[in-house]
Amino acid sequence: MTPTPPLLAVEDLTVRYRTDAGPVTAVDNLSFEVAAGSTLGIVGESGSGKTAASMALMGLLPRTAEVTGSARLHGQELLGRPDSAMRDIRGRRIAVIFQDALSALNPMMTIGAQLAEAVRVHDRSRSAGELRERAVELLDLVGIPSPAARLDQYPHEYSGGMRQRALIAMGIANDPDILVADEPTTALDVTVQAQVLDVIRRVQERTGTAVLLITHDLGVVAGLADRIMVMYAGAKLEEGGVEQIFYRPAHPYTRGLLAALPRIDRRLARLEPIPGQPPQPHDRPGGCLFRARCRHADPDRCTRPLPAPAEVSAGHLTSCVRVHEIASAG
Amino acid sequence: MTATTTAPPVPALEIRGLVAEYRTRRRLGGRGRTVQAVAGVDLTLAQGHTLGLVGETGCGKSTLGRTLVRLVRPAAGSVHAEGIDVAGAKGVRLRQLHRTVQLVFQDPYASLNPRMSVRALLAEPLKVHGLHVRRREERIRELLDLVGLDPAHAGRYPYQFSGGQRQRLGIARALAVEPRILVLDEPVSALDVSVQAGVINLLDDLQRDLGLSYLFIAHDLSVVRQISDEVAVMYLGRIVEHGPAEQLYDHPAHPYTQALLSAVPVPDPRVERARKRIVLTGDVPSPLSPPSGCRFRTRCWKATDRCAAVAPPAVDLGGGHTAACHYPALADTPAGNGA
Amino acid sequence: MTRTAPTTPAPASVPEPSAVPGKGASASRDPGPARIALRRFLRHRLAVAGVLVLLALAVGCFGATWLAPSPRNAQDLLLGATPPSGAHLLGTDELGRDYLSEVLYAGRISLAIGLGVAVLSTTLGTVVGCVAGYFGGWVDEVTMRVADLFLVVPAIALLALAIQGLGSSPVTIVLVLAGLGWTVIARVVRAQVLSLREKEYVEAARVLGVPTVRILWRHLLPNLVGVVVVNVSLSVAAAVILESTLSFLGFGVQPPRSSWGNMLSQASGMVGTSQSYLLYAPGAAILLTVLAVNFVGDGLRDAFDPQGRH
Repeated sequence: MTPTPPLLAVEDLTVRYRTDAGPVTAVDNLSFEVAAGSTLGIVGESGSGKTAASMALMGLLPRTAEVTGSARLHGQELLGRPDSAMRDIRGRRIAVIFQDALSALNPMMTIGAQLAEAVRVHDRSRSAGELRERAVELLDLVGIPSPAARLDQYPHEYSGGMRQRALIAMGIANDPDILVADEPTTALDVTVQAQVLDVIRRVQERTGTAVLLITHDLGVVAGLADRIMVMYAGAKLEEGGVEQIFYRPAHPYTRGLLAALPRIDRRLARLEPIPGQPPQPHDRPGGCLFRARCRHADPDRCTRPLPAPAEVSAGHLTSCVRVHEIASAG
Repeated sequence: MTATTTAPPVPALEIRGLVAEYRTRRRLGGRGRTVQAVAGVDLTLAQGHTLGLVGETGCGKSTLGRTLVRLVRPAAGSVHAEGIDVAGAKGVRLRQLHRTVQLVFQDPYASLNPRMSVRALLAEPLKVHGLHVRRREERIRELLDLVGLDPAHAGRYPYQFSGGQRQRLGIARALAVEPRILVLDEPVSALDVSVQAGVINLLDDLQRDLGLSYLFIAHDLSVVRQISDEVAVMYLGRIVEHGPAEQLYDHPAHPYTQALLSAVPVPDPRVERARKRIVLTGDVPSPLSPPSGCRFRTRCWKATDRCAAVAPPAVDLGGGHTAACHYPALADTPAGNGA
Repeated sequence: MTRTAPTTPAPASVPEPSAVPGKGASASRDPGPARIALRRFLRHRLAVAGVLVLLALAVGCFGATWLAPSPRNAQDLLLGATPPSGAHLLGTDELGRDYLSEVLYAGRISLAIGLGVAVLSTTLGTVVGCVAGYFGGWVDEVTMRVADLFLVVPAIALLALAIQGLGSSPVTIVLVLAGLGWTVIARVVRAQVLSLREKEYVEAARVLGVPTVRILWRHLLPNLVGVVVVNVSLSVAAAVILESTLSFLGFGVQPPRSSWGNMLSQASGMVGTSQSYLLYAPGAAILLTVLAVNFVGDGLRDAFDPQGRH
């Protein structure tokens, strides 16, 4: 898709958990790319594997998880590295913002100290004064008013939105190539969410970092993402540019999600829920995983093993094998 | 359904000057401070209508909902549900109240007793109110069918159901006493989008078929627009704007409503990227020490000295649309909602 | 991913397919929480072994009339104290009594006291804890301050006094030990109730107009079962030990009645002599009982743990 090699190239990523009930596949043969400086939105409902996939890239999954495949950042393999090597990459090349800012910050350390630590871990050359300067600069970048004074406060003295912004400041402390934001605004109120999304946008403009935005909220990706990947039951069902996904959705699941969504700008006559529910993680049949809920499912073709997602137009891929028939049917 | 009372002329809910307080935790030797979660609210819910109550965390919308079912006692003001004085009801009137107003909770996991089977869950309200004594089993099947669950699953336990199914069970339990009014406290906010739509449609159908009145409390403004006839916006314990849903969403008059609506992302990239967003600075002040005058003034771009001195009364903008603002936007001025 | 598992949002009138595939629609076959707890308990091997040991002890002691090799107090003064042998598995004491029989008969009192104290103190403590936790306010204040009071009073001194005043029949001992023991479970139950009463399902019951007594009985108690059952098992162990301590110190069961505690006390002079075997049997019986009871308690705790996997 991009003439230059991508910043992040993920190939055949599979995550399995060993459980008492047998292995559970959380992510199934997932491949995608992220171009430098761009934003990829990963959209999916609970159990879709979107978080497991991103945590696998960071080497942050529990030991019971078995990760196979490949993920290369600047051509450098991320998977299967020892913890120590991963620690060096995490925070410096690839950083993460979690959903729950309160538990991601240490309540016993000032925000300034935590920011300084985030910088020092990867860059020991800076003096205390330089670290403080950098911390002020970071807080300013994420829009915290009077950053110098706020530096010496503890997390509990920050409001929810400010904590989330402080967390973003820690994430970008070392100018990472890619920022993984896992449901960064889910716990926040809508006015605060707007502030945080604004900050992510601004940080991206200033630092040129790529963003991997994981969310269940289609509204958030509509405003922020360049490309969108739709996940379901551990697999990629569709991927494309943001306008392709919203205006020409190819997969019945994507279409279903968009039709099920109430809108702020107009009232719909009636929402269209998707019938049924996703297959249980330990009981996933072969073929298309969405077929049990799909009104276009073909008892023969959709039960066969799916080929890799194919292009329906330039840069727009879907795993649906009946996409052309469905498109003509409307 | 056996609830065949013809709609009396009284409104379903009539809330006047409602104040609800709670005490902060006692410190050693202290008495704790009183926080007004609801600070003087007037609202009316017409029979068979849905009133959406929106606001951000801590604005008092849930506390307000809980006063309607006596989980919280009002400190001042009055609430009448179908003519019954909610705070004062005793004895027979109290039993009548329990059968008139029911609450549907947010968390479909915490709101069902894990040790009770579906049958036991639904039989309890029937037993307590002596309903359908001779045909209880049949009634339980009816209730399950009513909310779109398989009546054959009455012997199952909550853990055997998914989130959306549990929420339907919660609704069935509330409907067991044949209430006239449902207070729905964030009933779909814990659910995935594709499931949420099904529950919203179910609520729509139930209202139409049973003639229920809804107070729909939610922070998700899109969901509220979809289901509400009227909407009230709450900020720090007060209603700042109230009106017919279309009117309020298309022509928000209060600056807070404008900011709130403009902040909601629209799942439509061109619309979303073209919108003008009002990004509020700062955070909601602590309800322990609310600002004087207009409670929103500390974050408002229109605030003047007058806002600090005088709490703005609700101004009638016509058509049942009111806003508690000294400088409300008029309907013909373009508002924050850029769609 | 904070959202909950999706379900089947079919149109309201169409029944949803089952959430758990492969299960029949039969109502009676769905496992309830009790059945799940039982299944989990049976997976706990030490606990099952504990149950078997306790059963054996109970049968042996309460069936001593039929099972003991000799009748109660059957003396053979000519024989005197003999070490364990084929005729007397645990030997005989200085009065020539068969020690195995004595241990079994003494176990009746020890186990009865243990069980009696556990049931009584748990019942009392659960009721007090429930009421204090559910109603809160001054009821809570008063009961908990009383419980605190029991904490600062030295138990042994109180027991000694009570037994001096009321006599040392096993019933007195049970009453006194239960009177001291209820505070522990009352505290635990109160803490649980404090969090349970805020649960949405309890609030839902209040909104439905369910009477308070029924809320306590149907919604709170069943969810306390785990805590309560575990406490019963642990307090059996504690009571057996406390009774032994008391008897050992001479405040407990008095001869001619015997318990494991006063058997130990009587044998205490034999340390270092050829008759030190007299210490082992009652000591081992106490140890075995306490260990078995604790394992059972462990198993019950796991079985009722709401965080446990299904």
